[in-house]
Amino acid sequence: MALLSFERKYRVRGGTLIGGDLFDFWVGPFYVGFFGVTTAFFAALGTALIFFGASLGDTWNPWLITINPPDISYGLALAPMREGGIWQVVTICAVGAFVSWALREVEICRKLGIGLHVPIAFGVAIFAYVSLVVIRPMLLGAWGHGFPYGIFSHLDWVSNVGYQYLNFHYNPAHMVAVTFFFTTTMALALHGSLVLAATNPGQGKEVRQPEHEDTFFRDFIGYSVGTLGIHRVGLFLALQAGIWSAICIVISGPYWTAGWPEWWDGWRNLPIWQ
Amino acid sequence: MSAYQNIFTQVQVRSHPEMGVPTEPGDDAWRVGTPSFVHWIGRIGNAQIGPIHLGWTGVLSLVTGFLAFEIIGIYMLAQVNWSPSEFVRQFLWLGLYPPPPEQAFNLFPPLNQGGWWVLAGFLLTVSVISFCVRSYLRAKALGLGTHTTWAFASAIWLYLVLGFIRPMMMGSWSEAVPFGIFPHLDWTGAFSITYGNLFYNPFHCLSIVFLYGSTLLFAMHGATILATSRYGAEREVEQITDRGTGAERGALFWRWTMGFNATMESIHRWAWWFAVLTTLTGGIGILLTGTVVDSWYDWAIAHNYAR
Repeated sequence: MALLSFERKYRVRGGTLIGGDLFDFWVGPFYVGFFGVTTAFFAALGTALIFFGASLGDTWNPWLITINPPDISYGLALAPMREGGIWQVVTICAVGAFVSWALREVEICRKLGIGLHVPIAFGVAIFAYVSLVVIRPMLLGAWGHGFPYGIFSHLDWVSNVGYQYLNFHYNPAHMVAVTFFFTTTMALALHGSLVLAATNPGQGKEVRQPEHEDTFFRDFIGYSVGTLGIHRVGLFLALQAGIWSAICIVISGPYWTAGWPEWWDGWRNLPIWQ
Repeated sequence: MSAYQNIFTQVQVRSHPEMGVPTEPGDDAWRVGTPSFVHWIGRIGNAQIGPIHLGWTGVLSLVTGFLAFEIIGIYMLAQVNWSPSEFVRQFLWLGLYPPPPEQAFNLFPPLNQGGWWVLAGFLLTVSVISFCVRSYLRAKALGLGTHTTWAFASAIWLYLVLGFIRPMMMGSWSEAVPFGIFPHLDWTGAFSITYGNLFYNPFHCLSIVFLYGSTLLFAMHGATILATSRYGAEREVEQITDRGTGAERGALFWRWTMGFNATMESIHRWAWWFAVLTTLTGGIGILLTGTVVDSWYDWAIAHNYAR
């Protein structure tokens, strides 16, 4: 049954959004629910299509398998399966699976009587994905602007799209996003370190409590945000990284078509400098 | 949705500020500054700012950090002929560059031949290393583990690879990263193009995975703790030593969602390793570039992951 020692009393019925008791059960450690069924459906179909697409390609090398979007000439129309239609259906499956997963998380939150922070945060990640493969392609008028599904082929896409704008590092939203990624990682290191340091003070020493944690950070940088505050800060930083990533790619093309270094000429040529 | 989440910021209590856990009298005298309270910061976390512990490492770090900052800033100001408005207008483009290739790895190049860059880099290195030592000394003084210090050391590793170790191995300061906003971005772009696209560098791949993974982990962890804070889950050390319903619900959420859960302690080990490995693998990737591998694209073709 894969039950943790304390798990049984938490496995209660109810909390489902749809389907009532119909799928209200667990398989091993996994909760199922209506959205577990839809997740499994979309994930299985999408994975099968990826294998089908790979079988049409010329390699089974996992680094090189790629499922490409349709040619730009198809615009926003449906393409034949072998001409990018697989990519379109895989994208539908991916969005279906991600949204189902988020809704299943909502049901689990309701069962456990906890806040909806995780599914909402996951929604931001889904939004970032959708902005890459749906919103931006629609704004540019062709599904061909989506990125290919493959390990190194998607990196090639990032390279190529980046160089279309000469140097993507000059994209102001990209700057903000990267800064949030780095800051989040630094904050994570500091938070992980602090909790481990308080819990593992060394042989023979007493485990330390938040009073010592606060003292360490006030001594160190003059401020301690506190045990609850650090999780607010961390979640905020992480979500901003995703949101600004989405913004930085959506504005590339629909809003700005020249090189990103040129965008900054606007600042240098403001009338206030005359 | 005005559901009750937790009581932490519903009321802001004001009393005497926390002055910190006493250590030794001589050491405590280094705690300076009169603490103040900021209401709006208190809406998110603790409202109290200060005190701060200086110590010899803190003073050294502040002084050397300030000098490095001033060298870079004054050098940039000189570039625009000391015009404050031009400084603001062109700030993003201004840079302090490492010595040119003619200087090779000369440790004492003339000041106008990158010497200012070497000096600023040296001072900044002293600053960050003394700040790292400071994290060790504060942890020891308070009877805490030294995890922060070793995580910090991983970041310093990447910094030293970029600015010192790789230039030394290449035999030229000119390989190092300039100071300045656009100049360091230009360096990054040119570095990738010069060495055959850094995306094919497997250590760059790992570093990005850990960077994104760290962000994902903090979103997952932060959201889990906030969602269970109504059960007191944010008192993490207490939940580690004496597991309560907050930690149990957080663990079960992930177990039911993805079939696996961390514990209140192990999630912080995941966090620590992901963050530390970001700069550790990143530094390895930079160090191998140009020293061992000239073109990552060719290397990828040779190893069957590009064509």
